[in-house]
Amino acid sequence: MSTVYFLVQQTMFFSIPLLIVALGGMFSERSGIVNIALEGIMITGAFAGIIFINVFQGALPGQPILLLGIIVAALSGMLISLTHAYASVNMNANQVISGTAINMFAPAFAIYVARMLRTVQQIPFVNQFRIRSVPVLGEIPILGNLLFQNTYLTTYLGFIILAVSWFVLYNTRFGLRLRACGEHPQAADSVGINVYKIRYAGVLISGALAGIGGLVFVVPTSTNFNATVSGYGFLALAVLIFGQWKPSRILVAAFFFGLMKTIAAAYSGIPFLVELGMPSDFYKMTPYVATLVVLAFTSKKSQAPRAAGIPYDKASR
Amino acid sequence: MEYIIEMCNIRKEFPGIVANDDITLRLKKGEIHALLGENGAGKSTLMSVLFGLYQQEKGIIKKNGETVNIKNPNDANRLGIGMVHQHFKLVHNFTVLENIILGAETVEGGRLKTSEASERVQRLSERYGLKVDINALISDIGVGMQQRVEILKMLYRENEILIFDEPTAVLTPQEIDELMKIMKELVSEGKTILFITHKLNEIKDVADRCTILRKGKHIDTVEVADTTKEEMSEMMVGRKVDLMINKGEAKTGDVIARVQHLNVRNHLSQKLVVNDVTFEVRAGEIVCLAGIDGNGQSELVYALTGLIQPESGKIEMKGQDITKTSIRERNNAGLGHIPEDRHKHGLVLDYNLAYNLVLQRYFTKDFQENGFLKYDKIYEYADELIEKFDIRSGRGAKTPVRSMSGGNQQKAIVAREIDRDPDFLIAVQPTRGLDVGAIEYIHKTLVEERDEGRGILLVSLELDEVMNLSDRILVIYEGEIVAELDPEKVTIQDLGLYMAGSKRGEH
Repeated sequence: MSTVYFLVQQTMFFSIPLLIVALGGMFSERSGIVNIALEGIMITGAFAGIIFINVFQGALPGQPILLLGIIVAALSGMLISLTHAYASVNMNANQVISGTAINMFAPAFAIYVARMLRTVQQIPFVNQFRIRSVPVLGEIPILGNLLFQNTYLTTYLGFIILAVSWFVLYNTRFGLRLRACGEHPQAADSVGINVYKIRYAGVLISGALAGIGGLVFVVPTSTNFNATVSGYGFLALAVLIFGQWKPSRILVAAFFFGLMKTIAAAYSGIPFLVELGMPSDFYKMTPYVATLVVLAFTSKKSQAPRAAGIPYDKASR
Repeated sequence: MEYIIEMCNIRKEFPGIVANDDITLRLKKGEIHALLGENGAGKSTLMSVLFGLYQQEKGIIKKNGETVNIKNPNDANRLGIGMVHQHFKLVHNFTVLENIILGAETVEGGRLKTSEASERVQRLSERYGLKVDINALISDIGVGMQQRVEILKMLYRENEILIFDEPTAVLTPQEIDELMKIMKELVSEGKTILFITHKLNEIKDVADRCTILRKGKHIDTVEVADTTKEEMSEMMVGRKVDLMINKGEAKTGDVIARVQHLNVRNHLSQKLVVNDVTFEVRAGEIVCLAGIDGNGQSELVYALTGLIQPESGKIEMKGQDITKTSIRERNNAGLGHIPEDRHKHGLVLDYNLAYNLVLQRYFTKDFQENGFLKYDKIYEYADELIEKFDIRSGRGAKTPVRSMSGGNQQKAIVAREIDRDPDFLIAVQPTRGLDVGAIEYIHKTLVEERDEGRGILLVSLELDEVMNLSDRILVIYEGEIVAELDPEKVTIQDLGLYMAGSKRGEH
């Protein structure tokens, strides 16, 4: 039983950042802007958040500092995503190129600034954020073990973001307009919706969520930040595609990939897998092989927003 | 006289052209006012100015005598101006209701509120006889219903001035009749309609007055009842136009092309889009494939020309099985193709005219030697074609095709295909988007080619073209040939019923 608890708890650490970042990507792509810069934005968010934690750790107790770090990560993610929004919306740039530029810039920037500040590129932090057991809820048999022990605040934040994203996308005026801009911006424009504003909003939300996702990924899985999020941004893109740009399916996809990742990272803690005697490379490969296989099978009937990736041109009809 | 909308002395320029030059258009309350003009006459630009998509450089717009400033569609909407665009502005994966409320949503505590909206739409749809299923997805309903959704969008916003931009282009004759009825109904309820078209019959049917534009200029505004169709078409084109096509009896010869039990599957939806189609085309006849857009015509043509592989069946040309041959082999064997989408399958837009004219022949001995192109020969040949087919362009053979007008691009394709002397010519909507003069030219050329003994398969959505040009009509409905008709014996109404699938003939 304890293996199952361990597996579920570990899966959370990997799945929640994927979930948050993929939901971010969803907002951007549903507004019509392809955002392959998720990786770069995650790095930026994680970098800013960890620096903040590194500097203020000790001044405040663990949970408040984590919350503040999350806000810092969100703001920095929004800031860098602004460049993507400006290039894609105002300048009608190729969205893939603009995204790639951010992906190349972010790690270099993080290393550069880290070395300026501390002469080494790693930024350490003390993990004082783990919640051993949530009061009351952690006492519930089985469920408490699965969800409310050995956990982080960020896990619940992920589920809150999921619920809010779903509500916003399907039940609000903004959501309806956002989806219209991603499918048929000319239609949206003809009924008086400002396509540019909506697309800015979409990209900024994705920036905030990807920034948060970067920090949420680093905190439970490491004790220092080394200017990388190990391709998680790209994995989140795969989750987004596998999730067909829909919140509920993104949840399923995030947990699928999260489980694969858990197997790769923690197979040595799972007796069953150790006993199989497979070479460790095999387990480390699984998330990437799974990505290839899943995308090969699902991308054929993919329902990407129709206008995603196409700069909006008022004059075209 | 009281006018509800006045557009006075409107001028709108685009780089290089004056799209609207001193145009004045006045709408009376409660009338159906037609705006007539050829492609490029400036109708759409004028409407875009009224709807706030463009700003005029000169001139003023008045509503009920007061000058107004329309900067965007929201302003137009506030003034009660609504528009059904030629290409519907509907989101395909939204429901009918979502499309109607988009941009005019009611919200309660941050949450979309649809119950009231749905009741209002139901009431409007009953009142004006606009039947729609408000919970259906747009991608699941036909164009007729999509158009009703567009009309409901305007009514939902309580617009009183309704602009219809070429609304009948995509409809069957029955749907057109229904639309005309709806338009009259709307006017009787106090709405004012501005109706953009280049179809004279429709103007005669419903419009009270008609404003005619030509080359960006206002020609005249006339009472429809006092003006003949011939007078209107003369004002539109600027010269007398022969609306009828003169052609003699077809002298048919051998079978040129034979298609047997052809099945084509759409690779995306996996649906059978061409279903067991069998027909033949003889030398010296024009066979017309009539049908409403999206009934498998495109896929059938793709299969014939080699752009896609059919699932099963056989295509023969001059007795030779070409079902599995490549596009180049088919071209060399005598197939000519005037494609539906001239930008996608007809031309390389960023090549110059000369290169486009040798697209299927650059590799022959005439135009290359040891892998090097013979430029002088290519340009010589291009100049010859330009002269012979009267293709007009800014810099002759060196003009990038993208910068040429649609009519001349089409002429270039026609020239290229016909000059290769094909035995079997497939022409898909060869006059789409062209003005009356160019249409006349293309029609004449097709009849000449027929008389030269070529077999011609014409795919057309224009009923007039089908009736006037063809020697035989095949009607395609949902991928099946449902009737073979004689244009001399069938009426346009009957043809419409076959096309809509409500009638089936012997085939």
